[in-house]
Amino acid sequence: MPDKKNSLPNRERMKIARIHMPERDATVRSRNFEEVNLGLSAEDAQIEATRCIGCAKPGCVTDCPVGVKIREVVDLIYAGDYLAAASKMREDNALPAITGRVCPQENQCEGGCILGKKGQAVAIGNLERFIADFERTSGQLGLPTIAPSTGKSVAIVGSGPAGLSAAGDLIQKGHRVRVFEALHELGGVLVYGIPEFRLPKTIVKGEVNNLRKMGVEFETNVIVGKSVTIDELMNDEHFDAVFVATGAGLPRFLGVPGEHLNGVYSANEFLTRVNLMRAYNFPEADEPVYDCRDRDVIVVGGGNTAMDAVRTARRLGAKSATLVYRRSEEEMPARAEEVKHAKEEGVEFRMLTNPEEFIGDEKGWLTGARCVKMELGEPDASGRRSPVEIKGSDFILPAHLVIIGVGTTANPLIQSTTPDLQTTKKNYIVIDEESTRTSKRGVFAGGDIVTGGATVILAMGAGRKAARSIHEYLVSGVWETVPAPVQ
Amino acid sequence: MYKIVEARSVGFKIKQFTIEAPRIARKQQPGQFIILRLHENGERIPLTIKCSDPEAGTVTIVVQSIGKTTSLLNCLETGDYILDIVGPLGHPSEIGKFGTVAILAGSVGTAMALPTANALKAAGNHVVFIEGARNNEMVVFEDEVRAASNETYIMTDDGSYGEQGLVTKKLNDLLADGRKIDFVLAVGPVPMMRAVSQVTKPLGIKTMVSLNSIMVDGTGMCGGCRVLMGDKSKFACVDGPEFDASQVNFEVLMQRNTMYRDKECQSLKRFEENKEAELEMVRSQFAKEEHNA
Repeated sequence: MPDKKNSLPNRERMKIARIHMPERDATVRSRNFEEVNLGLSAEDAQIEATRCIGCAKPGCVTDCPVGVKIREVVDLIYAGDYLAAASKMREDNALPAITGRVCPQENQCEGGCILGKKGQAVAIGNLERFIADFERTSGQLGLPTIAPSTGKSVAIVGSGPAGLSAAGDLIQKGHRVRVFEALHELGGVLVYGIPEFRLPKTIVKGEVNNLRKMGVEFETNVIVGKSVTIDELMNDEHFDAVFVATGAGLPRFLGVPGEHLNGVYSANEFLTRVNLMRAYNFPEADEPVYDCRDRDVIVVGGGNTAMDAVRTARRLGAKSATLVYRRSEEEMPARAEEVKHAKEEGVEFRMLTNPEEFIGDEKGWLTGARCVKMELGEPDASGRRSPVEIKGSDFILPAHLVIIGVGTTANPLIQSTTPDLQTTKKNYIVIDEESTRTSKRGVFAGGDIVTGGATVILAMGAGRKAARSIHEYLVSGVWETVPAPVQ
Repeated sequence: MYKIVEARSVGFKIKQFTIEAPRIARKQQPGQFIILRLHENGERIPLTIKCSDPEAGTVTIVVQSIGKTTSLLNCLETGDYILDIVGPLGHPSEIGKFGTVAILAGSVGTAMALPTANALKAAGNHVVFIEGARNNEMVVFEDEVRAASNETYIMTDDGSYGEQGLVTKKLNDLLADGRKIDFVLAVGPVPMMRAVSQVTKPLGIKTMVSLNSIMVDGTGMCGGCRVLMGDKSKFACVDGPEFDASQVNFEVLMQRNTMYRDKECQSLKRFEENKEAELEMVRSQFAKEEHNA
């Protein structure tokens, strides 16, 4: 344990105000793709760590989907041993520089922090980011130890958060791990979906390289289900187990008239063009994206993806960037910080509004959206009050570009070429909750391809859970004892 | 890194590349395509596979210089590398015993139609292949087309080779002669495929067209390639690329394909002014990789 212990009485600790995360100025950042949050200094991290009162039963740890030993990590930060803190973090979280940036901490670790009940929670996310960044810039990696080789091998399908975190855990157990990625770049949603200003690509590259240093193999440009099937991976390429972590699949559209007009995008397409293909840098980069400059942009949806899209449109020079959401701000699933940042950057929020039709000119280019006003009625299946249309409240919102960010449905590529893999009616893969085992021997699944669209950290949690179960299976060789998946 | 084992010119601004890509070569079926990318700042473009050799681990594609990426690609030679290739994408062509099958292909579309023609012929169909091109310099793979069909017609817009006229003229002539055609496949520019559909739809002849909408990932993730089939939206990359022509809204497809016209022109112009440097940039990334290996 660290030598330097926090001797300040709890009452004094609680008087210290939460350290504010320094941010790039909103008017400047809304015109570029530089990261918004600038990170804490070591001094600030020390002060923030001092605020932790060291609960005997830390709520932060129980509320973390991957069970990071946060209290111990904070103690190590307080003691100034940042590399040890990073190493401790990595025991449970393979991607701390990423989760420190994109986790909805207010609902997880910080939501469980006792200080948050009366005042402000310890800024755990900011501390996490601090130690991960410290480690990266120090050049000394606090890599965990790797067990001797077991001679077993695991194929991981998808290099997003679920796949990467499973890879990190499995390689530590001494298994051979090979990750297959359909795109040309590694990271899945972390590189095609989440924008540079929220999660710089160099951070993702850094975490991927750390896994490489630990011995994880990567192969890009392989679409499992097309380039190779699950059966071929197991029979011809001799993988002992396969973890399917292919993520959220096909973009959902609204199914309203005019969605084929030029200027209507899915959020996936818009973000992929800008993030993965760097269209913000056209013509240096070849891939084009709709020219937002001096144009009116509408983004439909209330989640993080919609928020990323609307803030991206703003940065591409949109005259107006408006978020249209059919419920009220209270029901929006986006992280609190994203909502705050978006407002600071000049994004307009039109809540309780729903597009019913997209309108275009004679050449097929979008000119606007016919919207209706909504009001909140009875709670629906999600527990949120369901939006009800107000009759006769139609109005036209002018728009040159509409981006639909209302979620995804399962991509059936793997399921359609793996007949013995049981799926739900909506094509999600059925697993046994506890073991993450699918109906097919040796095949496990987790993340959005099981749950539908969720968050990075939940996918990472699923990856960790799968890794534990895969390890058990590889060591014991026992599959039959597990109950059949329940649909 | 995917090595080009053979690059050769097969027509005016048309080049054929045979590339090492063992995973794709093992799985490819007629009608499927790949997506490739040439350098770190490059775009992803879809190209149909002409054929593959699973033993040698190679796939063959045919490329016509049209935009920036195809023009840059056509500067590459045997021994050069392609940064990324992924596939095989899309559903394979529908192969069945239909009777008399007419295949209409426009210029570089001939390469895409060839594997399907071979498969249809092998399935016992009488294959009528009508190849169209602007002029004699753009007529490609004539020998292979003749080998893949029972009856072959070459049409050129200017009459510089074969017969003068569009492929639909020949189709209309055959139908006017009372020839019974049971199945049609059309591969080529959208106006050509639309024209074919306009001939066959009133006659109720089942017609498939291979749609070339704008794509990014090719796995169904972005939805940019969506095409309107009646009142339903379909993704060309995962639901296609071949669709029943009678259902396709060709107007919407043409309109969506103009989405980036300005930017495509800008890119091409920029490339033509800076060809050598761009080519050098592509080659240098592999020199580095080869050195490291």
